[in-house]
Amino acid sequence: MQPIITTKNVKLSYGSFEALHDINLDFEKNKITALIGPSGCGKSTYLRCLNRMNDLIDGVTITGSFKLNDLDMYDEKTDVVELRRKVGMVFQQPIPFPLSIRENVAYGLKLNGHVAKEFIDQRVEESLRQAALWDEVKDRLNDSALSLSGGQQQRISIARVLAVRPEVILMDEPTSALDPISSAQIEDTLLALKKDYTIIIVTHNMQQATRLSDKTAFFNLGNLIEFDTTEKLFMNPSKKETDDYVNGKFG
Amino acid sequence: MDEIKDRLLKPSKATHEDQRGKFISYLSIGLIAVLVISILVFITIHGLAMFTQNGMKISDFLFKTDWNPGKKLIGALPMIVTSFGVTLLSALIATPFAIAVALFMTEFAPKRGAKFLQVIIELLVGIPSVIYGLIGLAIVVPAVRTIYGGTGFGILAGAIVLFVMVLPTITSLTVDSLKAVPRHYRQASLALGATRWQTIYKVILRAATPGILTAVVFGMARAFGEALAVQMVIGNAAMLPQNLTSPSATLTSQLTMGIGNTIMGTLPNNALWSLALLLLIMSLVFNLVVKLIARKGRIK
Ligand SMILES: Nc1ncnc2c1ncn2[C@@H]1O[C@H](COP(=O)(O)OP(=O)(O)OP(=O)(O)O)[C@@H](O)[C@H]1O
Ligand SMILES: [Mg+2]
Repeated sequence: MQPIITTKNVKLSYGSFEALHDINLDFEKNKITALIGPSGCGKSTYLRCLNRMNDLIDGVTITGSFKLNDLDMYDEKTDVVELRRKVGMVFQQPIPFPLSIRENVAYGLKLNGHVAKEFIDQRVEESLRQAALWDEVKDRLNDSALSLSGGQQQRISIARVLAVRPEVILMDEPTSALDPISSAQIEDTLLALKKDYTIIIVTHNMQQATRLSDKTAFFNLGNLIEFDTTEKLFMNPSKKETDDYVNGKFG
Repeated sequence: MDEIKDRLLKPSKATHEDQRGKFISYLSIGLIAVLVISILVFITIHGLAMFTQNGMKISDFLFKTDWNPGKKLIGALPMIVTSFGVTLLSALIATPFAIAVALFMTEFAPKRGAKFLQVIIELLVGIPSVIYGLIGLAIVVPAVRTIYGGTGFGILAGAIVLFVMVLPTITSLTVDSLKAVPRHYRQASLALGATRWQTIYKVILRAATPGILTAVVFGMARAFGEALAVQMVIGNAAMLPQNLTSPSATLTSQLTMGIGNTIMGTLPNNALWSLALLLLIMSLVFNLVVKLIARKGRIK
């Protein structure tokens, strides 16, 4: 099967500091891929390449090829706004906008020019259900999203991304700011979303990677060390570095 | 042992310093409080004298339109209307400009543009109001005269001069409130496929609204209280303004024009104190509004 995202010979420098050295990595459709590795190894940097969020940082140079299906992501003619609608992103910190719950989830839809109330209401409900939040907030959709708990806010952030129906969802340590119960709820949410979406998740939590992901990529010092099925990478890694890391000997 | 115990029981040098520092700051706070209270009491007593001693009616003061205290006519409505007129009009013109400039400084050109504009804003703040008045007199009044006819003096000329004077206030406070919007909001919005412009008006301005309102109210407070520059372009006729270009007078301009020509304790003098009391009350109201906005903005 053709991967949904293909990246080849990816190099990225912040000014003169090269943070990613020649990464080759593909992502399969409707799978969860985990990116793991010690702090500062370039996981977030790589992830941000996939929806061109690095464009916002001054002095970044990126080379290599990035394809979303057949679309060249970094082609001059590629519409970044359109790309980001196809490749959504959830951040480490929940970031609810200072708007109502409904307005938060509808945010991306309205950007796309959808204004019909029935359509928006229906999407909002669907997305909140997918994010496993509907039952908790259905009676208070007009309340400010800032009044929710951290875990609920993070699920709002997920619902907000789901509402625009992206093809791929990038998540940078989406549960690291949350308590264990909220984290577990979000993990359940992600597993349920797998059938409709392709998910790429950065995590520092090895158990989370094994529970969630089909494939895992291990980064170290800006290099992709090993990429395999999660089972193989954790049980029977082919590189010693990987073995040391997944068994907690460094990092 | 005893020596150590002794030392520990005695206040140390640091404790002494601490107490001295506390004493000095409480003293200063006390002095300032006394000062503020005496100003309030003083103006209130004098401001009410016209009603308590000269037997004038508050309703006449607030709602009648003839102002000639020498002849016992104390209708301050013309000044009230004109003061609010120039204040609202100048804020109305200044706010869009201030927001545009502030957005430019924070969102579009945060590096070079912001520094340059910062210098200009500081310059505008530093110019004495008499200079604004002079420029208003030399340029704005003739321009209004040519375009709209009449004398050129009036609310429009006053509002234009005030617009320039409150612009820096509103702009720099708006810049502060835009800067206070978390960086995350921008990222999250862009990551959802928003353009920069959509991000600005849907998220950033929304999040900064309480701060921007506060900025506008501060600007209005400044406009309401400005005397000198307004006095030079308003025409100084204590008459209800017929339109934006008819000569009139604000509370402040009437006060500065009249205070030198009256004798303490007489009705004309007391009438001016009543204008001052009204000004004071309005500035308290502006303060209160700012507090209310701040509180509402916090709860959200
Ligand atoms: N905006 C930036 N400017 C300059 N250097 C950066 C920037 N962002 C990241 N780096 C550097 O790039 C390298 C990779 O950073 P990155 O944030 O991708 O690591 P990470 O694997 O996500 O780490 P963590 O697990 O701590 O989040 C680090 O050495 C970091 O210091
Ligand atoms: Mg990171």
